[in-house]
Amino acid sequence: MYVAVKGGERAIDNAHAWLAEERRGDPAVPALGLDQIAGQLALAVNRVMAEGSLFDRGLAALAIKQARGDLIEAIFLIRAYRTTLPRFGASVPVDTAGMACIRRISATFKDAPGGQVLGPTFDYTHRLLDFALAAEGAVPEAPQAEPQPGPVPHVTGFLGRDGMIEPAEFTGAEPRDLTREPLSLPADRALRLQALARGDEGFVLGLAYSTQRGYGRTHAFVGELRIGTVGVEIEIPELGFAVEIGEVELTECETVNQFKGSRTEPPQFTRGYGLTFGQTERKAIAMSLVDRALRWRELGEDDTGAPAQDEEFVLSHCDNIQATGFLEHIKLPHYVDFQSELELVRKLRAEAEQARAARKAAE
Amino acid sequence: MSTAETVATADRRAWMGLLARAEPARLAALLGADLPEHVLLRAPEIGAVMVRGRVGGAGDAFNLGEMTVTRCSLRLASGVVGHAYVQGRDRDHARQAALVDALMQTGRSTEIEARVLAPLAAEETARRSARAARAAATKVEFFTMVRGED
Repeated sequence: MYVAVKGGERAIDNAHAWLAEERRGDPAVPALGLDQIAGQLALAVNRVMAEGSLFDRGLAALAIKQARGDLIEAIFLIRAYRTTLPRFGASVPVDTAGMACIRRISATFKDAPGGQVLGPTFDYTHRLLDFALAAEGAVPEAPQAEPQPGPVPHVTGFLGRDGMIEPAEFTGAEPRDLTREPLSLPADRALRLQALARGDEGFVLGLAYSTQRGYGRTHAFVGELRIGTVGVEIEIPELGFAVEIGEVELTECETVNQFKGSRTEPPQFTRGYGLTFGQTERKAIAMSLVDRALRWRELGEDDTGAPAQDEEFVLSHCDNIQATGFLEHIKLPHYVDFQSELELVRKLRAEAEQARAARKAAE
Repeated sequence: MSTAETVATADRRAWMGLLARAEPARLAALLGADLPEHVLLRAPEIGAVMVRGRVGGAGDAFNLGEMTVTRCSLRLASGVVGHAYVQGRDRDHARQAALVDALMQTGRSTEIEARVLAPLAAEETARRSARAARAAATKVEFFTMVRGED
């Protein structure tokens, strides 16, 4: 029996009104400004930009406020907003070698030219709660030193000079775009990197960790991790040349992995690559490990059946907006679906009951 | 392209980039409220640009994610056309950047350079230097404690 019903408008309106009140919290406490969120919760803003796949600090801060700090909800808001924007074009690929670095470390070369620059890092903190932060107060100005001029070269460049690491493949191919066409497999590396760059940090982290524990082992070293700003240029058709339209903060991770060589390639190191918006280094490192694990086929490695080696598994499940959309829709009304399930189970039970009665009568 | 044209293009690229990166409020303050007459050829429009990276930092391009951009084109009464593509969603920013782009191609370029572009460039350099100096202070100095081979 199918019964169409409607209703709930008043309940929904009232629920949303209460949501707004709860979001605001105690009116005696000052409301959060977007500049406070962008300035003081910068790493939350960075995550929303990276996985929302839209670099705009103000919008990410607004999304976090609207979502009451639920970052996946905030990412959802950003994804929805970006679909309303006309696309002016694609940038010239950013030059990460020319990055103005605030952090640049290498786990493989102590004396890499350009040095080990820690930047504003949580590393080497004791992870003890700092109760002084519970009280508002001024912080002393951070020390300064004479900056070294010019860009810092990529660490993998030094290995590349001796042929110790595979070269970065350049074919000049136009990259496919997940925001313009549905995911189709097999994906090339460019498409995989786009999916991972906007993929869920927790999911990509878990997969990367699984490769370290032996599921699709690739034994990665962080050849280089760098954070800083790069200029973004686009070709302006009405001018006939490229101009800079702004700058974005990026985190870039290059891993160096063992490779025993193949029939066509000598033993050399191979690379995994991570690039993300904002200061998001956990995500960038995880991305580079998963990128490397997914390259098993082109490098002639064994498929061990590990989740991180399974392109379809990784790319189909790394997007937290797709995942949460499908997961959370099951809480919405399914009364009709469930009614039919109920009918079916009742019928099966009745049949089973009859069969048992018949067996008993026969005994 | 002749050398003069190359220099002119390089100069224009430099000021367009500087205007794109400028704080909208600061640009507005430097430019002042007395703006020259102009006709909008393309009213300020908010959109997105897909930012691309390179695989391994040097290989093939891939799509990293988008950024918000606002663009505007206008024509001064003299017929000079100015264009702007600026980061973010501020329509006034795009309009003012396009105005400066146009004015820089007129006889007022020296004045605009001194009044608007030079302060923007100096402030940007100061901001960048302050971050670079803080980064430099976090550079690790290694000391050798014990040499194993002795």
